[in-house]
Amino acid sequence: MSTTTTTVPSAGPLAGSRSFLSRLRDGDEIARLITFLFAASVVLITVLLVYELWQGSALPRHQFGLSFFRTSIWDPVFDQFGALPFIYGTIVTSAVALLIAVPLGIGAAIFLAELAPLRLSDTLEFFIDLLAAVPSVIYGLLGIFIIVPLMRQVIQPQLKQVLGFLPLFKGPAFGLGFLTAGMVLAIMIIPYIISVSREILLSVPRDQREAALALGATRWESTWKVVVPFARAGIIGSIFLALARALGETMAVTMVIGNTPIISASLLSPGDSIASVIASQFKEATGELYTQSLIELGLVLFLLTFILNGLARIMIVVTSRRGSGTVHA
Amino acid sequence: MKRIAGILLVGLGLAGFALAQGALSITGAGATFPYPMYSKWFDEYHKKNPNVEINYQSIGSGGGIKQITEGTVDFGATDGPMNDDQLKAYQDKHGSGILHFPTVLGAVVPTYNIPGVTTALNFTPEALAGIYLGKVTKWNDPLITGANKGVNLPGDDIIVVHRAESSGTTYVWTDFLSKVSEEWKTKVGKATAVKWPVGLGGQGNEGVTGTVKNTPDSIGYVELIYAESNKIPYGNVKNAAGVFVKASLGGVTAAAAGAAKAMPDDFRVSITNAPGKDAYPISSFTWLLIPAKFSDATKRDAIKGFVSWMLADGQNYAEALSYARLPKEVVAKEEKALSNIQ
Repeated sequence: MSTTTTTVPSAGPLAGSRSFLSRLRDGDEIARLITFLFAASVVLITVLLVYELWQGSALPRHQFGLSFFRTSIWDPVFDQFGALPFIYGTIVTSAVALLIAVPLGIGAAIFLAELAPLRLSDTLEFFIDLLAAVPSVIYGLLGIFIIVPLMRQVIQPQLKQVLGFLPLFKGPAFGLGFLTAGMVLAIMIIPYIISVSREILLSVPRDQREAALALGATRWESTWKVVVPFARAGIIGSIFLALARALGETMAVTMVIGNTPIISASLLSPGDSIASVIASQFKEATGELYTQSLIELGLVLFLLTFILNGLARIMIVVTSRRGSGTVHA
Repeated sequence: MKRIAGILLVGLGLAGFALAQGALSITGAGATFPYPMYSKWFDEYHKKNPNVEINYQSIGSGGGIKQITEGTVDFGATDGPMNDDQLKAYQDKHGSGILHFPTVLGAVVPTYNIPGVTTALNFTPEALAGIYLGKVTKWNDPLITGANKGVNLPGDDIIVVHRAESSGTTYVWTDFLSKVSEEWKTKVGKATAVKWPVGLGGQGNEGVTGTVKNTPDSIGYVELIYAESNKIPYGNVKNAAGVFVKASLGGVTAAAAGAAKAMPDDFRVSITNAPGKDAYPISSFTWLLIPAKFSDATKRDAIKGFVSWMLADGQNYAEALSYARLPKEVVAKEEKALSNIQ
């Protein structure tokens, strides 16, 4: 986005003195116009999307108001709709996914970018890109057939035995639920984190590493204390790209989350997420209030993504300031 | 996204039809449950009448009702009859009514996974309602063991599984529970999706089956066709006459015949818990929604032609695809109702 506003670097004082017509003839102006239109279309689509969601959810917005965010009843028969359990489920599953995927993903990216031989790194990168392209329904099937039985028979009983005193791991082990959905999401988003983070680590200038090594740092020290902080902003960007995918994931989540709109502190409990409930109920939803409530859920998801993206921006600004500080020191 | 994809599909379909000159094309949309039956029928009918081509989009019952009300399709299809509000909405928009025509029947069966139990269990309506209300929580509850003498049922917690997405299957299941349990009727009600008192949600018939298969001590419900074609064991259900019936195509047709005597003229009838000792109690019609008034006479005649063929020859294709055929009484009544289309 930001690149669209920067002017062509070669355009110096000379460019300003050239007439509009000559620039048009040279193609600069045309290129500028066309690319501007492309960039503007992004804004236009976003505005249209919000407008449509806003218009489409007029009925529940008037009827429920802000209580839509507070109530946890979702009852299509008696026309009572509340978004809270879905918001909760969306945030919890995404948080679990990030908790698992971030250390794994960044660790793998560091290995691939800094430590692995280039040929191995490129080969693995090919497989990672492949994983990123697998449709989510495939991950859902993987979840149902492999992860859910594994969770029910092995992982969840173990968790209950060791950490059962925590409210996080109470209740019966169904196999389905927040934890399983979070794990499937983690598997889905790890390729994004690895792929983007690796590229960013690779783009760290060589002299940064060499300077650290020249000062007597070990290879790991130069990686961990110089290269990673230098790439921090980009790595955080990759995490938020992954988060965006986790928040909006539909099919893989609905297949393993248990689809029960309840709020429970236990990660073993079944739950539901915003994207999952829209996908599963919109098709056969009857009645204006019901369908419009589902559309309002879409608006809520948009809002949630908007807030989290905003937070990501702020975080990148803050850390890149601090990050560049440490590099210069 | 889905909507856009749908519009694109319809658009492509229309473009295709524009190319196929000469043939009269009729479009319909709605229920997914009878889709295999409908596509077979439309295909066979087109072979016999090359000048009529019927295109059907299985977008779901809710979508079918919406599309026919908006007038974007020539006919709709639904697994649950339109309610009075929906009929009124159609009447207000078009100035004339819409007619329901039953086409075939389906049934919903309880399926379960209890380690060590291999015989087909008997379920009373009270037991099923109790389980799904979360009141009957153990497999050795007297409500279950009372109907299953000699079966050694464990004292484990029952894990309830239901459909996650809204579906006609859930409509039939909750319609039955509403009829047999006053508490279910007032607390939960009947709809394509409800607020479940207990349980886990599985995505589609396959999601419910998968969860039941994978989870010991669980119970779920699936369409009879699905259970039959995938060899899934299922239980017997006690009908209104007090007999435990195993679901079968014959039992479903018997339920429809039992209900046929009290069939209202608009065919909007639920046949769950139908009278008759052979009737399987969790059965339902699926309907075509046809406008009572057409502005295009050729389309009207083509649709009438199809329906009368479907009621006669078409019914013979039903059993091969595991759908239960309409009882004679209903066919006769529908043939009469066809003349109401103008």
